[in-house]
Amino acid sequence: MPYKLTVNGQSKTVDVPPDMPLLWVLRDVLNMKGTKFGCGIGQCGACTVHIGGQARRACQTQISAVNAPVMTIEGLSPDGSHPLQKAWLELDVPQCGYCQAGQLMSAAALLARTPKPTDADIDQAMTGNVCRCGTYLRIREAIHLAANGGRKA
Amino acid sequence: MQTTTKQLNRRSFIKVGALAGGGIVIGLYTDPGLFAQERGGGAAVPATPINPNTYIKVHPDNTFTIMAKNPETGQGIRNSLPMIVADEFDVDWKQVKIEQSDRDDKYGRDMGAPNVSQREGGSTATPQNYQPMRNVGATARAMMVAAAAKRWNVPAAELATGSGIVTHTPTKRTATYASLAETALTTPVPDLASVKLKDPKDFKIMGKNILGVDNPAIVTGKPSFSIDVNPPGMLYAAYEKCPVFGGKVVSANLDEIKKLPGVKHAFIIEARPPQPAPAEGAPAGPNVTWASGVAIVADNWWLANNARKSLKIVWDEGPVASQSTAGYLGQAKQIAATQASQTPPGGGPRSAKDGDAEAAFKTAAKIVEAEYWFPLLSHAPLEPQNSTAHYKDGKLEIWSPSQTPEKFNAAIPAGISNDDVTFHMVRAGGGFGRRLYNEYDIEVSKIARLVSDERTKAGLPTVPVKLLWTREDDMRHDDYRPSGHHFLKAGLDASGKLIGFRDFVASHGNTSVIPANEFPRGHVANFWASEGNVSPYGIPVGALRAPPTNGVSFVLQSFIDEIAHAAGKDPLQYRLDLLNNPTGPVPAFTEVSFGAPFNYKRAIGVLEAVRDMSDWNNRRSQLPKGTGLGVAFQFAHSGYVAYVAEVAVTPEKKLKVNKVWSAIDIGRQIVNPLHATTLVQGGFIEAMSHMMAWEITIDKGRVVQSNFNQYQPTRIRNAPASIEVKFLKTDFNPTGLGEPSLPPAIPAISNAIFAATGIRIRSLPVGSQGYAWV
Repeated sequence: MPYKLTVNGQSKTVDVPPDMPLLWVLRDVLNMKGTKFGCGIGQCGACTVHIGGQARRACQTQISAVNAPVMTIEGLSPDGSHPLQKAWLELDVPQCGYCQAGQLMSAAALLARTPKPTDADIDQAMTGNVCRCGTYLRIREAIHLAANGGRKA
Repeated sequence: MQTTTKQLNRRSFIKVGALAGGGIVIGLYTDPGLFAQERGGGAAVPATPINPNTYIKVHPDNTFTIMAKNPETGQGIRNSLPMIVADEFDVDWKQVKIEQSDRDDKYGRDMGAPNVSQREGGSTATPQNYQPMRNVGATARAMMVAAAAKRWNVPAAELATGSGIVTHTPTKRTATYASLAETALTTPVPDLASVKLKDPKDFKIMGKNILGVDNPAIVTGKPSFSIDVNPPGMLYAAYEKCPVFGGKVVSANLDEIKKLPGVKHAFIIEARPPQPAPAEGAPAGPNVTWASGVAIVADNWWLANNARKSLKIVWDEGPVASQSTAGYLGQAKQIAATQASQTPPGGGPRSAKDGDAEAAFKTAAKIVEAEYWFPLLSHAPLEPQNSTAHYKDGKLEIWSPSQTPEKFNAAIPAGISNDDVTFHMVRAGGGFGRRLYNEYDIEVSKIARLVSDERTKAGLPTVPVKLLWTREDDMRHDDYRPSGHHFLKAGLDASGKLIGFRDFVASHGNTSVIPANEFPRGHVANFWASEGNVSPYGIPVGALRAPPTNGVSFVLQSFIDEIAHAAGKDPLQYRLDLLNNPTGPVPAFTEVSFGAPFNYKRAIGVLEAVRDMSDWNNRRSQLPKGTGLGVAFQFAHSGYVAYVAEVAVTPEKKLKVNKVWSAIDIGRQIVNPLHATTLVQGGFIEAMSHMMAWEITIDKGRVVQSNFNQYQPTRIRNAPASIEVKFLKTDFNPTGLGEPSLPPAIPAISNAIFAATGIRIRSLPVGSQGYAWV
């Protein structure tokens, strides 16, 4: 059945079953490949998007339950200029890079509510996002870098 | 195309050609047929016609495209091989664009080749490619110099290069490489013997921190990975296999499945078993196999995968259904009891005997005995297995994340020849050895062929098909890191010196985990390692990052710690004392180290460095109760790595890794230190997963675990505050780093737990022994 949703400020209508997860609507119906599939059970965070400004697992969110605007990694900034994106590049955070869209979305939600997070704040907010390559030290550093307006602490 | 070819040496050629739209291409070509003949064994391969690689494209605007020929799964090779070429070519990195090559035999095909392959495995890319990539870049630079010398009629010795420009030093005349390209086309290619490689102190790109070439796309969510490949008209496939290894479909309710929403095709695929060995003297073909299952193809992947819930399959589970982890363990103990005292088969690479360990034990003042165990592991790269293929008119195009991209994996299931396969290599979301195995390429090629055949019969156009496994599919159908059960015994003399060492390993089959040539071999006069195999064993096993030391290092570096403790010695100094007193040479164990022999001086180097970095002696004496320092080192895949880990343990067995120090020796040149550092830190973080939580168990022939909730990876809150990384620059050829950083991290942690608590960890993971991260 048809569902209306707002993704990155744009209005979209999709005709899909009500229990189809937002992840697959984004990836296979709207052809937005930035949001990633990692586990399908909300354990890895690769599919993290914002719904109404909150970090949410798109694999665990049925399309019929999407009741607020959605922001994905493609909408984090128009041109890759979000402070977190710049910090991720500057510190060369990705190894394989597969988890990093989800990491960035979780980090962006963290900074929106806690502009100057401590290591403990970061560990708590980011612990649902698995990086199989183990880039956690650089993720911590990059979040601090972004929070400091791009200046190294 | 106008071309110039120059033979560099007996088997290498440089070829230059004009590029459509201006500019030129420069390639190194190695004749794989010639190489196969030189290696001996097997039938002579007919000479292959010259077929230039295109490593460098010189564009009219004086920018340069450099081809990245190897698979990228996060190890950074898409940066580092082009960096080597660009540095010797003497251009600026900002002038370089990187392009991923397709799989093509013109880049070579054999992991055993000295200078060409398109594989990711065994930390071989750097040692195999470092010199050839330098040759490509330096020869291309020499061609530009020769072209300028010809144009200006000056001696080449008066010419200098930099930033893609040739300068005539006496007159300050300059010419861009682009402006020299036409001339270079008609100038004889210089002899490699006359081509001067840079003095490493003049490197401008290698050794510098170069940002990952794909990172801008990754952080903005642009399609970058195999799962993102999206050719027009694509359908999506799911493939249901028997949960028991080797099980087969007898029947399935395909008619019901085909009626489900969005489902376009559903069919049973018969298994292809291992092929019989070729007749005597006949060439061995690729032994491509696949598992029986049911394929469902739908408009989107969620619909295809959802339809699996409605499947009713009758399986023939086969003989593996009677096997279990408990059974394997019982058998391992029985084998150890009955076989450990037997004389090992002589001379084989998997057993070793120096002196007489049994006799040494009889004279020993102290005996240390222990039993160690490590489990099966799944690789669990974060991007689930997938591949995309389009079969059309007898040809197949495939987009694959494989670490070992091979056309035959597509050709055989599609029923066509290798020549009819176009093979695109796509960035993968992690490898760790999982993508050495190519079930997804094989399955998607079979499915794509069957879908296209059905559609053609129905008068429909063919379409591409993406096969995507679930996380559960991957965890239950992996090629697992083999488990190992070690029965160890050591004899010490009255001074605490190690005089006898015995390791009997109960494992399984050819990919077993036998430390025949591992330390302390060569540093104890009486050494005996041998193995026995658990059989039957129906679980597919394979290489996980750093085989076999990913498990063996835990065993041996923990047991050495036990020995040092029994001797009443500092565990770090005890290792140094052993290393400083070699008892005999250690043969190169080529299966493990790819030919490089163990050099104990390099092991001493990393141990001393990590001792100093961590301030080992002072720090140990000042740690609070419940906090310990652990040390371990490992020679793995030609590299030497030593760790010290500081670990705190609460009385409730809650663990925290506070800080980590690591010293690494992989030779004289670190190509990209920025990425090298994160690879080491990532190796340690992965080891924490092995340590705490990762274990695959088998019950009734099937894997018990299914997803990350039962196979927890290390999370950010578990990560230490710091992992210091120091690369020792030693005068050895550069070797790889993907693997060596993992293995000794595990015993560094377990030895720290002992230092903190007096409790010796002898099996993994510790999460099943009451431990948890803080």
